[in-house]
Amino acid sequence: MLFDPEIFFQQLVSPEYMWGALISVAVAVLSLILATLIGFFVALGRTSRKRSFQAPANVYVWFFRAIPALLVLLIMWNALPQLIPIFSQDWFTPFIAAFIGLGLVEAAFMAEIIRSALLSVDEGQSLAGRALGMSPTKVMLKITLPQAIRIALPPTGNEFIGLVKYSSLASVISLRELLTTAQVGVNITFRYAEYYAAAIIYYLIIVTILTLLQSMIEKKFAWTSRATVKKSRALAPAAKAGLS
Amino acid sequence: MTQSAAVAQEAPAVNQPILHVENLQKAYHGQEVLKSVDFEIRKGQVKAVLGPSGSGKSTMLRLMALLEPSDGGSIKLRGETIGTKEHRGRTVHLPERLLARQRQDIGMVFQKFNLFPHLPAVRNVMLGLTSVKGVSHHEARELAMEMLQRVGLENRAEHYPSELSGGQQQRVAIARALVLNPSVMLFDEPTSALDPELVGEVLDVMENLAADGMTMIVVTHEVRFASRVASEVSLFDGGVIVEQAAPDQFFNNPKHERTKRFLSHVH
Repeated sequence: MLFDPEIFFQQLVSPEYMWGALISVAVAVLSLILATLIGFFVALGRTSRKRSFQAPANVYVWFFRAIPALLVLLIMWNALPQLIPIFSQDWFTPFIAAFIGLGLVEAAFMAEIIRSALLSVDEGQSLAGRALGMSPTKVMLKITLPQAIRIALPPTGNEFIGLVKYSSLASVISLRELLTTAQVGVNITFRYAEYYAAAIIYYLIIVTILTLLQSMIEKKFAWTSRATVKKSRALAPAAKAGLS
Repeated sequence: MTQSAAVAQEAPAVNQPILHVENLQKAYHGQEVLKSVDFEIRKGQVKAVLGPSGSGKSTMLRLMALLEPSDGGSIKLRGETIGTKEHRGRTVHLPERLLARQRQDIGMVFQKFNLFPHLPAVRNVMLGLTSVKGVSHHEARELAMEMLQRVGLENRAEHYPSELSGGQQQRVAIARALVLNPSVMLFDEPTSALDPELVGEVLDVMENLAADGMTMIVVTHEVRFASRVASEVSLFDGGVIVEQAAPDQFFNNPKHERTKRFLSHVH
């Protein structure tokens, strides 16, 4: 049995594969957003001086770093509806279970990324903000966080790519993401090479786009006047005189 | 104590000190950094504080700027106690939110500039106005540009700190503190982190500021600046102010043996 390019291309452009890829990316995006939100507050807890904030944050990171993501997904999808009636209702789809489950696990890792990013912002920065009379919240939002984001960006990009691949774990809770789509096709046709190759192409495309996106965002955080001067020139030629 | 009493006699009663520090104390891990500091400054005065490294000068400024809690003593800004309050007969430190409000009236310039690297120069100057004083973006920009002009950097407004020299960064930092119109400006070794050829431009800005009547406390190693610009010079050592005098007397006819020894090293 030779590699049949026709089957390969057929699958590559099939709506099933595109839908599967979209589901994979959507799960990754939503779980990363959830993970960043939870991770930020967990990181605040872990960097806090108060033990009552520290302790729950430490427990969170300890717990979710220890439990395999696969197990979390199985618990989310199988155990949770048995324990809590709300989760046995129709709204709780495999998609929602997948992105919340992966988001919860990922939050433990994002918390560590954000924590180290917050700690690596020079102490003099918050000192200068406080000296201006800024409240602790303002110092965090206007000074520390923007600088921490730049530090956290590269590792977050890594995590994002990881999440795209982790989304394939959701096949165990019958979410038809990219890999499940390939697997279902294979089970019918036994054309392993063609179906898997099509999946590889999709993963390559997704990760390429994410990598480009990441370098674009990182350029935004370069903090040099070159980018802004170019931008303001393009947007408002009249402002040029005021700039230099 | 005797010194501040003497100064009080000289000055008319209405001319109360802008900043008045009494018996200020601070220890780190049991190590006394400030033993008992009495210090005051009146409107328009420029006080230079000299002293060896590690003598507690910078700590004194940080305490005055309410950036660190004191272990004892009081700080009064224009007659009002700041940083602490009396609560059931005990002195307690104010919560950060209230400290933040009181800090607006005290400008601080740091040895390492501490400009915000993610903001262009003009935004560095604007941030205090927009996020603390609630000034509109447009108005803040105008005020910030005025202030940058005052330190001679209006043509560097859109440059990020990483694109500025150390001297330029420190001038932006001065503009950033100045734009909030503080009652007193504190300088913590503002030229110590600079290449020698960049020291002059920062000292020039400070000298102009002094000439405009700004009340300033300058912790510095620049003896020439102290003798030329300061209205009074202090020697700080071992957590106390050893000597405090007009520059002429301080440099040419110091009373204390410690001052003589210090001056023999720096001259």
